Amino acid sequence: MTRLMAALLLALAAPAFADSNLPPSEWADRQLPDAEQEAQATALMHEIRCLVCQGQSVADSDAELAGDMRALIRQRIAAGEKPEAIRAWLVERYGDWVSFDPPVTPLTWPLWAAPVVILLAGGAIAARKFRGRK
Amino acid sequence: MRGRLLLAVPLLLLAIFAGVALWRLSSPPETVIRSRLEGRKLPGFSLPAALPARPTVTSANFGDGQPRLLNIFASWCVPCIAEAPVLLELKQRGVRIEAIAVRDRPEDVSAFLERNGDPFLGIGSDLDSRVQMTLGSSGVPESFVVDGRGIIRYQHVGPIMPQDMATIIAELEKAE
Repeated sequence: MTRLMAALLLALAAPAFADSNLPPSEWADRQLPDAEQEAQATALMHEIRCLVCQGQSVADSDAELAGDMRALIRQRIAAGEKPEAIRAWLVERYGDWVSFDPPVTPLTWPLWAAPVVILLAGGAIAARKFRGRK
Repeated sequence: MRGRLLLAVPLLLLAIFAGVALWRLSSPPETVIRSRLEGRKLPGFSLPAALPARPTVTSANFGDGQPRLLNIFASWCVPCIAEAPVLLELKQRGVRIEAIAVRDRPEDVSAFLERNGDPFLGIGSDLDSRVQMTLGSSGVPESFVVDGRGIIRYQHVGPIMPQDMATIIAELEKAE
């Protein structure tokens, strides 16, 4: 009975995002001394998805792992790595999902094509209407 | 007649939209992020030992002909406590388990092992989650089955519970 109750409680329990006892990484919330590098790093952070708080970018998330990802991005940029190389490194591990800027693939091209198609279709309809009025 | 049908088009579109929205809202997408490295070689990494008296784990520990389980855990992780007895059972069955402690302090790791048992060969200390990210892991606990040639064969996300043991053992046998 106790076991059943424990199993039931475990099943119902919301996942606890426990935090460690260590302070945030040094570069999680500290800007790089080089303003241009910091701008590159920040731009990338806004386009990398947090693995814990999945709707947020790592720039916005307070999760510890997001802090460690910001630190990773800053340190690699400071070491001279290109933002696109860092993005590729993360995508290789976590899939396209981790980037808020999805690449054009057979699966995602409608995402990019839809605005153009809709605009053209709207234009065509409007043109016909105007012509009809004359 | 044709005009009537045409009038129904917007309503039809709305119905389709509402249907799709209801369907997707009632079954939210999978939120488990799996590593893309299954089937690929274990990335190179080296870590300091989590406990001074114990060996650490580096990628060189793998690929010696013996399959191993690489467990990513932390003393501050609650599901890791639930997983501990299962790992001990796996160890008793002869599974070689290496471990990475994420964002942890030596005193906390040793207290955790004292309380929950110690099934590990080597324990590395990943202070800034760097190796965790290198492996494509997004949380604790997670476990990787690495075969005798150092290829990642299987990833288990979340605690290994008693009902998962058969799968883990089967994957380890496949990895011989």
